[in-house]
Amino acid sequence: MRPDIRVQTEDFSHEAEVARLRERGGAVGAIVTFTGLVRDLDADVAVHGLFLEHYPGMTEKSLHKIALEAAERWPLLDVTIIHRIGHLEATAQIVFVGVSSAHRHAAFSACEFIMDFLKTRAPFWKKSLRSDGEEWVEAKDSDVAASQRWQS
Amino acid sequence: MIEVHFFASLREKLGCDSLSLAWAAELNSPRAVIARLAAERGAAWREALQNEQVLVAVNQEIATLDAAVTDGDEVAFFPPVTGG
Repeated sequence: MRPDIRVQTEDFSHEAEVARLRERGGAVGAIVTFTGLVRDLDADVAVHGLFLEHYPGMTEKSLHKIALEAAERWPLLDVTIIHRIGHLEATAQIVFVGVSSAHRHAAFSACEFIMDFLKTRAPFWKKSLRSDGEEWVEAKDSDVAASQRWQS
Repeated sequence: MIEVHFFASLREKLGCDSLSLAWAAELNSPRAVIARLAAERGAAWREALQNEQVLVAVNQEIATLDAAVTDGDEVAFFPPVTGG
């Protein structure tokens, strides 16, 4: 399994990514995808967009490692992780995770595992562009807890 | 020589995204790099870098404050990550 990792400013097409995950043909029994979007509210304050900073080099390595860890836990056929960087308007797509497997259980679990670890390990930082000013987004304890539940 | 990088809110607080330090044996851990920068650059740097929330990477892998650092390494300091 060679994960397809992309960190880019450009948008992505959900349809094209799912088509790519189907390219293996009959072996693929299940595809699970997650798409993250920019919300337009943050604690009841209007948000017109986000700025996403990353650590070039380390980001790609850490996403690669997370995908390989998922493939060690579940029998996966392909993994795609796309994360956008730079300026993103509210409602824009930020992140895509797509996982294919023979069966649904592996695909559901691996997709969730990858997102939980991406949130707590991959070096990305969001700045929220709010109607009342710009603010770096604080890390959430609930995200840390979500990644810790896989450690059993 | 070692390269030191800062990201996100920490980069803004310090007003610096990267710097290099001439190699010296005493710079053998991220903790030692922080001590050097705090001594050279003053209280604002000390306070920002000694914050317990600050994460460390050595050669683009998450590391501890006491990880080994050697000549040619890349050390980075940053706040908790918030992607996705």
